[in-house]
Amino acid sequence: MNFDFSEDQKLLQQTARDYLAEHSSLDLMREVLESDATYSDTLWKRTAEMGWLGATIPEEHGGAGFGPLELALLAHEVGRALSPIPFSSSVYLATEALMLAGTPEQCARYLPRLASGELIGTFALSERPGRASTSHLETQFNGNQLTGTKFPVSDGQIAGLAIIVAREGESTSLVMVELDAPGVTCESLESLDPSRGLARLSFANAPAERLGEAGTGTRLADSLLDRAATLMAFEQIGGAERALEITREYCLDRYAFGRPIASFQALKHRLADLYVAIELARSNAYYAAWALDTGNAELGTAACAARAAASDAFELAGREIIQMHGGVGFTWEYDCHLFYRRAKLLSVALGSADLWREKLIQRLAA
Amino acid sequence: MDFTDTPEEAAFRAEARSWLEANAPQAQPTGRLMSMEDPEAVKEQQDWQALKADAGWACLTWPEEYGGRGANAIQNVIWNQEESRFRTRVNIFSIGLGMLGPTIMTHGTEAQKARHLRPMLRGEEIWCQLFSEPGAGSDVAGLRTQCVPDGDDWVCNGQKIWTSGAHYSRWGALVARTDPDAVKHAGISYFILDMESPGIEIRPIQQIDGGAGFSEVFFNDVRIPGENLVGSINDGWRCAITTLMNERASLGTSVQGLGVEALIELARNTNWQDGTALDDPGVRRRLADFFIRSKGLQYTGYRSLTAISRGATPGPEGSIGKLVGAPLGQEMASFAVDLQEESGAVRGADAALEGAWQASYMGSPAMRLAGGTDEILRNIVAERVLGLPSEMRADKGMAFREIPTGSDR
Repeated sequence: MNFDFSEDQKLLQQTARDYLAEHSSLDLMREVLESDATYSDTLWKRTAEMGWLGATIPEEHGGAGFGPLELALLAHEVGRALSPIPFSSSVYLATEALMLAGTPEQCARYLPRLASGELIGTFALSERPGRASTSHLETQFNGNQLTGTKFPVSDGQIAGLAIIVAREGESTSLVMVELDAPGVTCESLESLDPSRGLARLSFANAPAERLGEAGTGTRLADSLLDRAATLMAFEQIGGAERALEITREYCLDRYAFGRPIASFQALKHRLADLYVAIELARSNAYYAAWALDTGNAELGTAACAARAAASDAFELAGREIIQMHGGVGFTWEYDCHLFYRRAKLLSVALGSADLWREKLIQRLAA
Repeated sequence: MDFTDTPEEAAFRAEARSWLEANAPQAQPTGRLMSMEDPEAVKEQQDWQALKADAGWACLTWPEEYGGRGANAIQNVIWNQEESRFRTRVNIFSIGLGMLGPTIMTHGTEAQKARHLRPMLRGEEIWCQLFSEPGAGSDVAGLRTQCVPDGDDWVCNGQKIWTSGAHYSRWGALVARTDPDAVKHAGISYFILDMESPGIEIRPIQQIDGGAGFSEVFFNDVRIPGENLVGSINDGWRCAITTLMNERASLGTSVQGLGVEALIELARNTNWQDGTALDDPGVRRRLADFFIRSKGLQYTGYRSLTAISRGATPGPEGSIGKLVGAPLGQEMASFAVDLQEESGAVRGADAALEGAWQASYMGSPAMRLAGGTDEILRNIVAERVLGLPSEMRADKGMAFREIPTGSDR
């Protein structure tokens, strides 16, 4: 039985944690949040230099050639730091999509630029409020041009390349669009977490090319989303863990009725419940990472379980960090809201916990 | 990451399996013999235990000098996995082997070790734990059963409760108050009690699910020889902690009850208007939640096993197992009964699956209470894992006789 990461992998994780402690403090997240920027370009370049953006990209394309387990641990650390960078959009989604379905030529064209951070990628499925379906999309691809609107697109205003799920004839395909091409318009949206941008992307006969075979869009998107959900779960668990640590410290330092508030069972028991929720999510995420790494067919259910558990755990942590701080938790000055915002943003990106629960049962019942 | 055994673990598993295959094929007790209220069932368990003891498989984690195997924790897990392929484990020896034996090894005299450990190991003498009292449950150090010295002996008066297997146990591990003027934890001593002593009365407790797995035990001027004191006078709390730490280490990490797969099958086979319950979005959401928690618990167990396999001692994080599994088992049973709608109130032979879910519903409250309530487990996680302060104690520094206990105020 070896249900744990290796010493080398843990060393990589520790290096990442130390690096982000220095270069991605919560102050950096706040700086982006309070500015007009939607990410930290400086941190983005640093993570590229560290080799994280190309973690799973083969060395021939300028990557580090690691597997998904290493990437999962990097995701955990980015999550802990609430780093204001489009890591999930560019790495778990755009990069993974190319490696999943790209031709050798497409990979050679884009992967080196994604690894170096010079190109930011993203992924777009949703077109309007509500639950999206890959079989009822209005965005259309005609073989070389794309027309339609995607709303909202994570990190759309800073991305140069978007992977789009679009209708092609009677079926669905994955399509790639360079966002500086003619016929593409991008409009920034107000984001619940302004340290991560959201945009509306509109396409009017924009030049585009298919990723994978025609009509395989639903299958590819499902597979891509399972992979991304697994990695995102680690990012969420990292954030939840950090929120628990900060809440614990505060409850130990804060006195009321002559004793630390951490000595009241009303709070102790809730902190214990939060710890348990995080550990159950972590265990589910480990299993999904194992399935992802080994290509096991259980990834389909494991990714759903990991994702739903991680969304619930991070959202719980986001609520509890504010509640247990009391009034100051609701102030702009304290960092609690950074977690509350990020938890919700990550929960709805890739679809809500309920969506993943439904997907889980579809797969179990099949 | 992988789920395979190391070469050493694989060799050990093969050895265990080969012994079991040669000795255990007929070992599975019948349904009737699963109930420990039947003396024949107890005898059947004892025979199997003795057979294992002769081959060194009776209690793997005990040192070889006491008849154990000196095995490490992961080998013990492997053995349990293999044995469970042949027998459903209703281990009536686990209180002795898992908790009381290690306490005697740690705190007992050489004479006590020589007298008791081997018959305990062989299953010849079964042990029970005499800790809880009507006025001392979660606060077990609030116990009032008293032992007063009389010559070389002690004389015991009082009452214990929730004693599993009292009626078939030959010996009991008793904690009793020996100095009511000392503060609560400092006036307790730990004794080995001969359950055949005059003055002991055992009354089975009828449970809400109809079973009677444990008893009340009354002591009326019961004489305990001085040689049966474990550790020093008034140092019994330290011995009791050894027992309780071993209890925590032996708590499982499985979901109590029938399991989430069985629940999904029930939904698939339950009529629901024009389809089955598995079509209903509300049902699906609940099932998904149960699945996620069940798997989270199972994989948390894998993480603990990995740590144990690398030589770690099971720590307080093991409390998660029961803290999650017990309420989850109750929620799943309750939901399974709901799925049957009006028929859910039918139990026994006319019910779906012969009432297995109704039985689980009625039995499940016990799991949230036994071996530390949900609330005590949350305290353990909060204090020992997260390092939060312990509850302020209103009885701190008070002589025991001044402390109001139980509902006696």
